Amino acid sequence: MRGRALFWLFITPVLLWLLLLILLPHLDLLLLSFRNREGWTLDNYRTFFYEPVYWLTFVRTALYSIITTFLTLCLALPVAFYITKLARPGMRGLLVVLLLLPFWVSELVRVYGWMILLRESGGLNYLLLKLGILHQPVEMLYRDATMIMGLVYTSMLFMVVPLVSTMEGLDDSLIEAACDLGAGRLTIWWTIIIPHCKPGITSGSIVVFMLVLGNYLTPNLMGGKNSLWFTEQIYNQFIASFNWNQGAAFGFLLLALSSAIIWLGLKITGQRLGEVAR
Amino acid sequence: MSADLVVTGLVKNFAGFRAVDVSFSVEKGSFFSILGPSGCGKTTLLRMIAGFEEPSSGQIIISGRDMAGVPPNHRPANLVFQHLALFPMMNVADNIAFGLKRRRVAAAEIRRRTGEILERVELPGYGDKAIHQLSGGQKQRVAIARCLILDPKVLLLDEPLGALDLKLREQMKVELKKLQAKIGTTFIYITHDQSEALVMSDTVAVMHRGRFEQLGSPQELYHDPHTPFVAGFVGESNKWPGELITCTADEAEFRTEEGYLFRARPNIPAVPGARASLFLRPEAIFLEPEATPALNSFAATVRAILFDGANSRLLTTVVSGRELLVALPQNRAFDHIRVGDTVNLGWHPGSGVVFADGEDQG
Repeated sequence: MRGRALFWLFITPVLLWLLLLILLPHLDLLLLSFRNREGWTLDNYRTFFYEPVYWLTFVRTALYSIITTFLTLCLALPVAFYITKLARPGMRGLLVVLLLLPFWVSELVRVYGWMILLRESGGLNYLLLKLGILHQPVEMLYRDATMIMGLVYTSMLFMVVPLVSTMEGLDDSLIEAACDLGAGRLTIWWTIIIPHCKPGITSGSIVVFMLVLGNYLTPNLMGGKNSLWFTEQIYNQFIASFNWNQGAAFGFLLLALSSAIIWLGLKITGQRLGEVAR
Repeated sequence: MSADLVVTGLVKNFAGFRAVDVSFSVEKGSFFSILGPSGCGKTTLLRMIAGFEEPSSGQIIISGRDMAGVPPNHRPANLVFQHLALFPMMNVADNIAFGLKRRRVAAAEIRRRTGEILERVELPGYGDKAIHQLSGGQKQRVAIARCLILDPKVLLLDEPLGALDLKLREQMKVELKKLQAKIGTTFIYITHDQSEALVMSDTVAVMHRGRFEQLGSPQELYHDPHTPFVAGFVGESNKWPGELITCTADEAEFRTEEGYLFRARPNIPAVPGARASLFLRPEAIFLEPEATPALNSFAATVRAILFDGANSRLLTTVVSGRELLVALPQNRAFDHIRVGDTVNLGWHPGSGVVFADGEDQG
C-alpha cells in the first residue's frame, strides 16, 4: 500500500505538468487551428498549401535544417572520435567541459557574439582589412551561409554528446582489426565506426534537426529579412497579424511535417525509434 | 627451410625502460610460441610485428621484405586479437570477406572463397549467422578464418584462448594444432599458459623481462632448462636451495640446506662452495623405489594428498619442514599411502638440474 502511495506522490506532479502545461494548451491550440471568426473550418490549413510563400518557407526551413544537421554530424564525428579515442584520459573531461562552456551563456548572447564578430564594422572585417586581404568591409551577416554556421555552432553539443557516449562503447581492437585486415582510414570510418555509432548518430540527428527546425533566435538575428524561417511565420501570425487560428495551424503543420521527415529518415536508414532510444 | 619471419635486434623502449629486446627467426610453416608471464613484453613484441607499435630500433623481415615503415594494413601478417575483435555489425560471411573486399576481389570470388574457408574451419553454412549467435569456440574459428582467407605469410595470435573456459580451451588447443598442420601457415602464438605453448608448438621461446630466456622445442625446454626462470616457468618444479660441493661438466654434488647429499646435473659448471638451487620436477620423483645406488634417495612425511586424477600429487615435507610436491601415479600401487606416513623417495641424477644462484632468480 505504501509503495503505491509513494508511486502516486511522485507521478502526480509529472502528470499535472504534462496535463496542464503541455496537453491542455496544445488541445486548445488544436481547436483554435480548426476555427476562424465564423466557426469551424479547414481554411487555416488550406492557406498553408494555397499560399506559396508559406509552404516555400517551410520547404526552405526543412532543407536548411537537414543541411545543418548533416554539417553538424560531419563536424561532430571527428570531434567525438578525438575526445573518446585520441585524447589522453585526463583530457577527456576537460574537452567535454570546453564544449559545454558556451552553453553557460544564453543563446541570445552567443548570437550577439557572432554578430559583433561578423558585422560590417566587426572584428573579422577589421582583421581582414588590416591584413590586406580585403580592401572594403564585407557584410557577412544576413546571409544563409552565416545563418547555417550559427545554427551548426548552436547544435554541436547536442550531436557530440550522444556520439561520445556511443563511441566510448567501441572497442579499439575493432579499429585495429580492420586496419590489420587491410582497411584504410576512410573504410574504417565507413564500415566500422559509423555503423557502430548509428544509434548515437540517429538520436543526435533527431535532436539537432528538431532544435534547428524550431529555432527562432538564430535565423531571425543572423539570417536577416530575406531568409525567412518557418518559426518566424508562426510568430508573425500570432504577434503581428494577431491571427491565433492561423498561427496554431502553422504550429501543428510544423509538428506534423517535422515528425514525418524524421519518420522518413528512420525508414531510409532502416532504423526504429525504439532501438535509438536504448 | 627458409624463414618466414626474421627479427634482428628488435628493441622497444618505454620511458626509460626496455620492454622488448629480442632477435629470432621463425621457419616457414612452423608453430612458434612466445611464452611468458604477463608484463614480459610479449604483446608489445607481437604488436610490433603486426605494425601497431613502432620499434625503437631493430629490423623485422617478413618473407624477405623489410617491414620498416609499412603500416599494418599493408603487411603480409594478420593478427587474431585477444578478444577476437569480430565486427558485431556484420554477419559471419561479411566478417570473413572484410579483407578480400578491401583488396577489391570480385563478389563471386569472395563468395566462393568465404564458403571454402568456412568449410576448412568446420563451420559450413554459418555465413548468415550474426556474431552474437556463435559460441566461444565458433567465434574463435571465425576470427582465424577471417585472417587466413587473406593468405598471410604469418598469422599472429594474441592469447586467443584466454577468454574460453577450461574444457573448450583444451579442445581448441588440439583444433588449432590440427588446423595449423592442415593449412601450413606460419603461426606465431603468444600465451602465458605453458600448457598451450607446450602442446601446440614446434618451437617455444620463453620470454622474461623483455628478453628470450631460452628458445627450443617443448621437450628441450622441459628437460633441459637453461635458466632457473625457465625451469620454474615451464612445467612445475620444486626448488630446493643448498650448496655445490663438487662440480664437473655433467655431474654435480649438491648438499641441500638440510644436509642431504645429492648427485644432479649442473646447468653450467660452477665453483664448488657456491650457493645453488636444485630444480626437481614432481613427476621425476619415484615413490618407494627399489634402493639402488644409481638413485638419490631420501625420506619424507606425507602432509596432504592432492587428488586431481591423472595429475594427483602428494604434499610432503622433509625434516626441516621444507615442502616438496611428489607426483602420485594413479595405478593403484600407492593407494595405501595415508596422511602422516613416511615414504621413501628417489630420483635419477639426470632429472634434477642445479643452477648456481645469481641475481637472476625466476
